[in-house]
Amino acid sequence: MASPYESLDLPPAMIESATPAADWVVVWPVALALVGAGLLVMLRGRRDMQVAFAAAFVAAIVVSNIYLVMRVFEAGPLAMTMGRWLPPFGISFAADMTGALFSLAASVSALVVVFYAQSEIDSREHRFGFYPLLLLLLGGVCGSFLTGDVFNLYVWFEVMLISSFGLIVLGGRKVQLDGAVKYGFLNFLATSFFLMAIAYLYGLTGTLNFADLASKADDLPLGAMLTVAALFLFAFGMKAAAFPANAWLPASYHTPAISVSALFGGLLTKVGAYAAIRVLMVVLPEGRLMLEPVIAAVALATMLLGPLGALAQTNIRRAIGFLVIGGIGALFAGLALGTQHGIGGAVLYATHSILTLTAFYLAAGVVEKMSGTQDIRLMGGIYAANAPLSIVFVVLVFAVAGLPPFLGFWPKLLLVEGGVRAGQWFLVAGLLLNSLLTLMAASRIWAHVFWRNGPEGERSEQPNTMLRALTGAEKRYALGSTVVLVALIVVLGLFPNWLFTASGMAGFDMLDPTRYIDAVFAEVNRP
Amino acid sequence: MEIALVGLVAVFFAVAVYLLLSKSIIRMLLGIVVIGNAVNLVLFTAGRLTAEVPPIIPAGEYVPLAGSANPLPQALILTAIVIGFALFAFLLVLGYRAYQELDADNTDTMRLAEPEDAPRPPLSY
Repeated sequence: MASPYESLDLPPAMIESATPAADWVVVWPVALALVGAGLLVMLRGRRDMQVAFAAAFVAAIVVSNIYLVMRVFEAGPLAMTMGRWLPPFGISFAADMTGALFSLAASVSALVVVFYAQSEIDSREHRFGFYPLLLLLLGGVCGSFLTGDVFNLYVWFEVMLISSFGLIVLGGRKVQLDGAVKYGFLNFLATSFFLMAIAYLYGLTGTLNFADLASKADDLPLGAMLTVAALFLFAFGMKAAAFPANAWLPASYHTPAISVSALFGGLLTKVGAYAAIRVLMVVLPEGRLMLEPVIAAVALATMLLGPLGALAQTNIRRAIGFLVIGGIGALFAGLALGTQHGIGGAVLYATHSILTLTAFYLAAGVVEKMSGTQDIRLMGGIYAANAPLSIVFVVLVFAVAGLPPFLGFWPKLLLVEGGVRAGQWFLVAGLLLNSLLTLMAASRIWAHVFWRNGPEGERSEQPNTMLRALTGAEKRYALGSTVVLVALIVVLGLFPNWLFTASGMAGFDMLDPTRYIDAVFAEVNRP
Repeated sequence: MEIALVGLVAVFFAVAVYLLLSKSIIRMLLGIVVIGNAVNLVLFTAGRLTAEVPPIIPAGEYVPLAGSANPLPQALILTAIVIGFALFAFLLVLGYRAYQELDADNTDTMRLAEPEDAPRPPLSY
């Protein structure tokens, strides 16, 4: 008997051939993270297996991200659409160099944190699911970087948000509850605004797929486009902790365990910055153009207020939190430029910032373990007690401030060059001033914590008797994993060529998303 | 119909902003609920309101009838409601725990993470 659908012309709506096996790598990082999280929840009673499985899964995510970056290097953007529906009807995953590079940097940071966490996460926190939440967080972050659909981006934001809620209250100390209230309310509000912007965008264009939006959003009336772009900018700026919506970050990031602080500081704010770049560059380029003065002002204020805030802090973790905000300013400066140099520089800066700020928090964690306090005024004399740690820390101080030859220098160079070429002298001045102030704030932390003999006050010239030596496990896991990450930062800073090529590619595909659109619609356009 | 919903959304937003500006956590929680529903209604309205024809393809047809309702915003709202509910449940428990532990429903007195008598910036280099 003939099928009733025989006369139906299927191809325009359905994908006929399966996606090539090699292209499935776009979803591997997310799939591995979600499967791993589920498995670890089932194994929550087995502490020994938790660590081994978490490390194995995150390592597998790193490997698939490396493969993804290599594929994107060779073949340009990759895409895959779910459920046999052709885009824009099916939900697409699409990776261009920006997404792939961010995803790789995020997973490398997470892998280091998995090892670091063994020195401080106790068995109660294990039972409450530190590792499953970490994997879910990584899944949400990678999903945000790799998805090709704006509503799906919202869903990944929420996956990330709910697992970060779990991580920030893990341990349940009073100060954590206080921080979590502020973190929770303001982030929920930001995602509500994000969803509203999606609603307006959908109402105007009738589609949610980035590639489809990119080809349709140009025809929008200017007023409507400006409204939607401004809503997106506000929502993502709040997520990224850009001035003036940055108050939640220094109120909350210093409260959980240092491994969690490191993950948050490295990964979460960059997702907001990534989403701002993706939506404003690819979907609403004209909206970005109109908002350029606003973005530039936000970038300038964020770049200056971040390190100034750090300068005023006596709590080491809160000082680093302010440095995270300063870095977000540099990312928005790249977005305000909107040129090849600006976007390429922003992508490179985010890669650097994910790795360096994770390492900065981790190194501060080792300092805290030795001195037993978060208060810089009570620290001192660690140079004599632990010389390797002081070298690691000073490398990070230079890297975060953007001094050559460390990793932070190269993106700053690109951004400054982009600013000079575009004639945006305010942004150039802001970027350079940001570096100077960051250097002042960070090197003063180093001077107080390592160089000064004892705590602040009368006894500052006498040896610090409060310090304790690291235990064997702390040396192995905490100091060891920090050293590995810092070594990676140094090597990448000394050999930045491939990163330059990659970020150049990323900027190119953001400015002219033809290759991205072609990759998503490859199946549709096939003759 | 659209105009009425837009008016409702405006009222919801006004209420939500008023509640969120409060110092009391419990009012802020109510504000969060209201703003979530306001956003869901925006999503609903943005999908155009054509309520007469359900989006079901009749037997013998290959495409939905003209003027049938748009099912996509409803799928989006369903997702958003589920997510919003989960987050709200978490915030509710968090607010209660904060009330128990910190003995404060007032954000002005929740200064544990950012102490009010914070030390002055160090002056030495």
